[in-house]
Amino acid sequence: MGALTVKQTLTGHRGRVWNVSWHPTNSALASCGEDQKIRIYSLEGGKYVMKLILAEGHTRTIREISWSPCGKYIASVSFDATTAIWEKKGTEFECTATLEGHENEVKSVGWSTSGNLIATCSRDKSVWVWECNEDEYDCAAVISAHAQDVKKVRWHPHEDILASASYDDTVKIFKENTADSDWNCVATLSSHTSTVWSLSFNSTGSRLVTCSDDKTIKIWQEYRPRNNSGIPTPNNVSVWKNVCTLSGYHSRTIYDVDWCKKTGLIATACGDNTIRIFREENDSDPNQPTFSMVSVAENAHSSDVNAVRWSPKNPGELASAGDDSKVQIWFYSD
Amino acid sequence: MTMEEKLENINPKLYGKSGERLVTVDDENEEVADEFDAREIFDLIKDINDPEHPLTLEELHVVEENLIEVDNKKNFVNVKFTPTIPHCSMVTLIGLSIRVQLLRALPSRFKVNVEVNPGTHSSEAAVNKQLADKERVAAALENNHLVGVINQCVSVKN
Repeated sequence: MGALTVKQTLTGHRGRVWNVSWHPTNSALASCGEDQKIRIYSLEGGKYVMKLILAEGHTRTIREISWSPCGKYIASVSFDATTAIWEKKGTEFECTATLEGHENEVKSVGWSTSGNLIATCSRDKSVWVWECNEDEYDCAAVISAHAQDVKKVRWHPHEDILASASYDDTVKIFKENTADSDWNCVATLSSHTSTVWSLSFNSTGSRLVTCSDDKTIKIWQEYRPRNNSGIPTPNNVSVWKNVCTLSGYHSRTIYDVDWCKKTGLIATACGDNTIRIFREENDSDPNQPTFSMVSVAENAHSSDVNAVRWSPKNPGELASAGDDSKVQIWFYSD
Repeated sequence: MTMEEKLENINPKLYGKSGERLVTVDDENEEVADEFDAREIFDLIKDINDPEHPLTLEELHVVEENLIEVDNKKNFVNVKFTPTIPHCSMVTLIGLSIRVQLLRALPSRFKVNVEVNPGTHSSEAAVNKQLADKERVAAALENNHLVGVINQCVSVKN
């Protein structure tokens, strides 16, 4: 078993903290929550220090934040149905754009790896793709593929491929059709038996991990046309198959999952206050992989854990957010 | 959500009220820790008003002490409630009122589940899923109108 050790506890939010997001290259971190504020911390002398509070961008709960790949912008989404874009100007951040269009609560936001596209999703069942060009934001697509509340959007690590998770128990994959520039659903991943709360790609984008209210996490493998495993791909599009289900580890809803692009470790945030770490076994068959739990931090928070996020910079460093108003920094070591 | 012009359940069945909780010797002993029990949870929710009738959830048998499960060590409270009719459109509002009351009254260490008593509502799976989704509950509780209605339900009438 590895060890997951808490390095620091960051307090200051009032009420539930919903999400954390790492800066892509610096040792900096943002958090958001019920108090309608974004807090930004950076590493100084070995400790994370709160540097800025971004307020007055939203009139209701801020559900999620996401740093742009260049590190110059932060996108935030809120129950107030809007998305705010914050731009770094000197040492301050300024809200430079508000994206409107969703009918009600916006639940998740993510930047594509190129930084040219932003995806948002909402309780209105839709996923929106926005194009960003020199501080101009235009809606490129409104995708109505889910039958219910959409909980999470995540981009593929290298390509303009988007995945979404929903209250309708499915995950969907979207891609732009270059002929008519429409965004189409190219795969529906069905197997979970309740709300899919979150998802995360692995480093190559060939696998996805999903987590659900059904208390399981699932690993999905992409099979491209003409794959060596002999998996049929009708219509010449990739097929995503559920190749592994991890059940029996979580005792309540799993609210978030993150697949570390550096170490391959998977972290989960659970309604039983616990953070768990999983790793693929060395002799694992790629078509029927086996994962084992390598660490457990019980009572990681004194209430539900809402988010876990691996640092893109420091392997083993993990941030979490909880209903107990806290943000915590962890370190995993074998 | 305003009061319906026409009552959905015109003639609900009425039940008696339970008496006061019996005070035991241990209750008065300061040395003994008073742990939450089903009766205490029941006392917190029995006087919630029905959204439609000037009656409490206890009088309508929507909540009952024997449908409450408490595990102090595991910080777990489970409340099953019984809608007065299987097509009751108020069922989510009633469940939400019970949830809000317990959220406000219990220490935050408790995980509260509020569910429809199995077999007593036509869309119990959908109602249970919505009541268990804390994100949707949080969003609903930022709706001032809805909070006003819930506050009316949970306020004890004298």
